[in-house]
Amino acid sequence: MTDLRELYQQVILDHNRNPRNFRELPHATKRVEGYNPLCGDHYTVFLQLDGDVIRDISFTGNGCAISKSSASVMTSSVKGKRIDEAERMFEVFHKLVTGEPGSLDAAELGRLAAFSGVSEFPARVKCATLAWHTLHNALQGEEEVVTTE
Amino acid sequence: MSTLAVSTAYDVGRIRRDFPILRQSVRGKRLVYLDNAATTQKPQAVIDCLVRYYAEENANVHRGVHFLSEVATAAYEAARTTVKRFLNARDEKEIVFTRGTTEGINLVASSWGRRNLREGDEVLITAIEHHSNIVPWQLLCDEKNARLRVAPVNDAGEIIVDEYARLLTPRTKIVAISHASNALGTISPVKRMTALARANGSLVLIDGAQGVPHLTVDVQDLDCDFYAFSGHKVYGPTGIGVLYGREAILDAMPPYQGGGDMILSVTFEKTTYNVLPYKFEAGTPDISGAIGLATALDYVRSIGLDNISAHEHDLLLYATEKLDTVPGLRIIGRAAEKASVISFTLDRVHPHDIGTILDQEGVAIRTGHHCAQPLMMRFKVPATGRASFGLYNTREEADALVAGLHKTIEVFRG
Repeated sequence: MTDLRELYQQVILDHNRNPRNFRELPHATKRVEGYNPLCGDHYTVFLQLDGDVIRDISFTGNGCAISKSSASVMTSSVKGKRIDEAERMFEVFHKLVTGEPGSLDAAELGRLAAFSGVSEFPARVKCATLAWHTLHNALQGEEEVVTTE
Repeated sequence: MSTLAVSTAYDVGRIRRDFPILRQSVRGKRLVYLDNAATTQKPQAVIDCLVRYYAEENANVHRGVHFLSEVATAAYEAARTTVKRFLNARDEKEIVFTRGTTEGINLVASSWGRRNLREGDEVLITAIEHHSNIVPWQLLCDEKNARLRVAPVNDAGEIIVDEYARLLTPRTKIVAISHASNALGTISPVKRMTALARANGSLVLIDGAQGVPHLTVDVQDLDCDFYAFSGHKVYGPTGIGVLYGREAILDAMPPYQGGGDMILSVTFEKTTYNVLPYKFEAGTPDISGAIGLATALDYVRSIGLDNISAHEHDLLLYATEKLDTVPGLRIIGRAAEKASVISFTLDRVHPHDIGTILDQEGVAIRTGHHCAQPLMMRFKVPATGRASFGLYNTREEADALVAGLHKTIEVFRG
């Protein structure tokens, strides 16, 4: 049960039950889909960019608790941030969930720290990073469906 | 009480001892393997025969005049005879070794289909098909400007046979149907469907990937034209499968792949193809796989498919009853005739999360769309959890599944 509680931390369960920014964005400047064909997780990330600032962000779609809560926490974390800050967060998050060695700054992690248990479940890394990969592609200007397969 | 009588005589404890992998612990828990529709575990007899083949008999077949080549060829051809008997085919010529069900279906779609399908013709499948019995026909229909028709299922997951019969038209050249659904467990009335198709003048291919492990298959009684299955789903090795084909039809079909072993003579001007079944076995075959498959079929026969069916049916009823008591659990597929496969969803918990939590309890199930996305869409679910039982599973393992699901609910609602 310990490992499971590490994976399914309260933050994750809460964001899964009540995902934040879970809606379409009517004035989105970008809209990118993310899809994991293995498990069928499917999300759309909506972005409203103002220069290099993420003015607003939202998502819709379906998937497991890890992917949905990750999308929810991601949207809360990057809203109002500059593109380079959001990309840096993705880097930090990726290191966290893949268990890449090296110390991560707790302050920098913030709410993302709730996903620390994912590194013990290699099969779930793709769930945790799906929305982030989708955001990354949106920020890189790619509009096609991204997959984590 | 007949089920009970069979279960008493059925010594599942002894059977479990034949499967070394079942002795292991997973994440500190006893392994409860309920993913048999994906692949089955292998009895010691199959493992031993693979080792023995490579330790004592290995050589290429149908080529050498030397001792080992003769031994290997005899063992490979004896395996074909075992398969012929298992399916009650008329002749060894009708048994083509393939890599698995997928290759068997592709062989028919490619060889028979390209030669015989014309623009405007139709291929009829059903809503319960696995992607491997959809995509090869789509590719063929695209190439030929032919049309793929799909017989629907009812809410229980049963093929609506009246609708199926209505879809049989003079344009229907071939029908491709699952013996049993990998995603829902539905057993199709293949004999009746085959009779309807043949009366219509259509050929019939049965995807037997989920049929062979659970049901007695008699291709003469079924009267189908093709029957494809995989070795690894019936306690044999991966990488080997069988395509049964009616001799006259196979004989008229062009080769599927070119290469060694499928020819009688080759010049740069003209090649004469080998006789059946070798015409369809280009290149060095999976010799050890064929021998391993035959050993698995002998093993299954030694227990008896009727006994296996009865045991699995008991598990299906028991597990269904227990699962129905889990709050928020919905079983997808309630066909009257079912193989021991149970697909389910749990309120507010995604199947992927169920799979992870069960795995922590040592319980292995499949989660996802089960390579049957159109069927998932029909039931308006993106994915399900699927527990599938084999000849070595027990009621205690069904209990472990149910306990794991209660733990899942606890994690998510606690």
